[in-house]
Amino acid sequence: MNITVKVDGTSYTDEVEPRTLLVYYLRETLGKTGTVVGCDTSNCGACTVLLDGRSVKSCNVLAVQADGHEVTTIEGLADGETLTPVQEAFRECHALQCGFCTPGMIMQATDLLATNPSPTEDEVRVGMEGNLCRCTGYHNIVKAVLQASGQPASSGGEQA
Amino acid sequence: MRPFTYERATSVADALRRTAGASREGERTAYLAGGTNLIDHLRLGIRETDRLIDVSHLDLTEVTELEEGGLRIGALARNADVAAHPLVRRTFPVVSAAMLAGASGQLRNMATMGGNLLQRTRCVYFQDLSTPCNKRDPGSGCSAIEGLGTYNALIGTSDSCVAVHPSDLCVALAALDVTVVVEGPLGERRIDFADLHRLPGDRPERDTTLERSELITAIEIAGPGFARRSRYRKLRERASYAFATVSVAAALEVRDGQVADVRIGLGGVSHKPHRALRAEEVLRGGPATHEAYAAAIAVEMEQARPGPDNGYKVTQLRRAVPAVLSALTEETA
Repeated sequence: MNITVKVDGTSYTDEVEPRTLLVYYLRETLGKTGTVVGCDTSNCGACTVLLDGRSVKSCNVLAVQADGHEVTTIEGLADGETLTPVQEAFRECHALQCGFCTPGMIMQATDLLATNPSPTEDEVRVGMEGNLCRCTGYHNIVKAVLQASGQPASSGGEQA
Repeated sequence: MRPFTYERATSVADALRRTAGASREGERTAYLAGGTNLIDHLRLGIRETDRLIDVSHLDLTEVTELEEGGLRIGALARNADVAAHPLVRRTFPVVSAAMLAGASGQLRNMATMGGNLLQRTRCVYFQDLSTPCNKRDPGSGCSAIEGLGTYNALIGTSDSCVAVHPSDLCVALAALDVTVVVEGPLGERRIDFADLHRLPGDRPERDTTLERSELITAIEIAGPGFARRSRYRKLRERASYAFATVSVAAALEVRDGQVADVRIGLGGVSHKPHRALRAEEVLRGGPATHEAYAAAIAVEMEQARPGPDNGYKVTQLRRAVPAVLSALTEETA
């Protein structure tokens, strides 16, 4: 089936098999490997992208479902060398260790702050619950999301 | 994933026509809405289809007020939108709370109301293709009865199946007066929510009483008005991002220290969302006290048949139900 999808600002038209998952379309057809495959079964959130501005797990969406819609991946956030506040905060707070979950974390944090610009620490933890990180214990990730929201990140610091 | 064809229905009637046509050809079909559960199952091989009929573009997303404070929610309204909807939050807070207790932000952005009602059990054996499961492969046997029983049902089990219904939303709906509006080949059908899901009996492969090709178009929630005071509590093995071991949805009206009316839905206990009718009966007209609440859930639990691994669920419910009702009582005072 032919689909037309706007990905990170560029419109693409491609022939895809109906069973193609969105994440594989992004990675293998478009070469957008910034979006990673983690668990492949909608658990870990590493493959999170925005579909019409709202976060989804791209291993849990068919490419044909994105036909006629707009997708934003981790590769479409920064404006040239200028990072978004979420990206900048992840860098400053060192909100990663191995970095594999980071694209999904940043996309979900972007969605979270779009719907709740000043979340409490608790709201950050709940809002990020669909994203798993096996390295950090989430400590610096929560700090980064709070910092990106313009709030003092210290409140995120005490609860490991 | 096994290959399938994909097509988009242009109307409810068109969706029904496509399914009927496929049926005549001996082809299997599946409706696709948000797909959060279905796509995982197609991927894992739990389910196969020949034709995927996408209904997600149909105009069934609105939340509208009904007479006397009820709400009609389109079957394709996204879980995230319904949970955040001001009317839902004000009128039936338990519905919003239950939805937010389920899945994750990403899945709630895709998942629909109708799909939530039709999500399938998370029984570990149902999801493990290497083990027998009567629900996945009728007649093959039930691995959960003799296997890991931690998550098994307490009430209404059969020799064929001991799985529980996984939805949080449905526990809240079980506590309210809900009608599921369905379109089928013979027109519209209205199903009491209590009659939508079924106990396993000897046909555990059937989760609901829906007929082949029927499509849920809306969910209507009528009163009771006192559901403005309602709560959802979910117990699970970790604080977030897990299915319930048990859950409680409750609405309570207290007048002069007496229970004027009460509704209790229980999750994690049965093949269908369980309404605790026996406990409600015991409570109505009686004292609105923690002791009375504890006695009522004890009566409800008399029908529970726990195995060696899941007796803890009875304990959890005997603590959680009085706690939720007491919290609602304090809210009323």
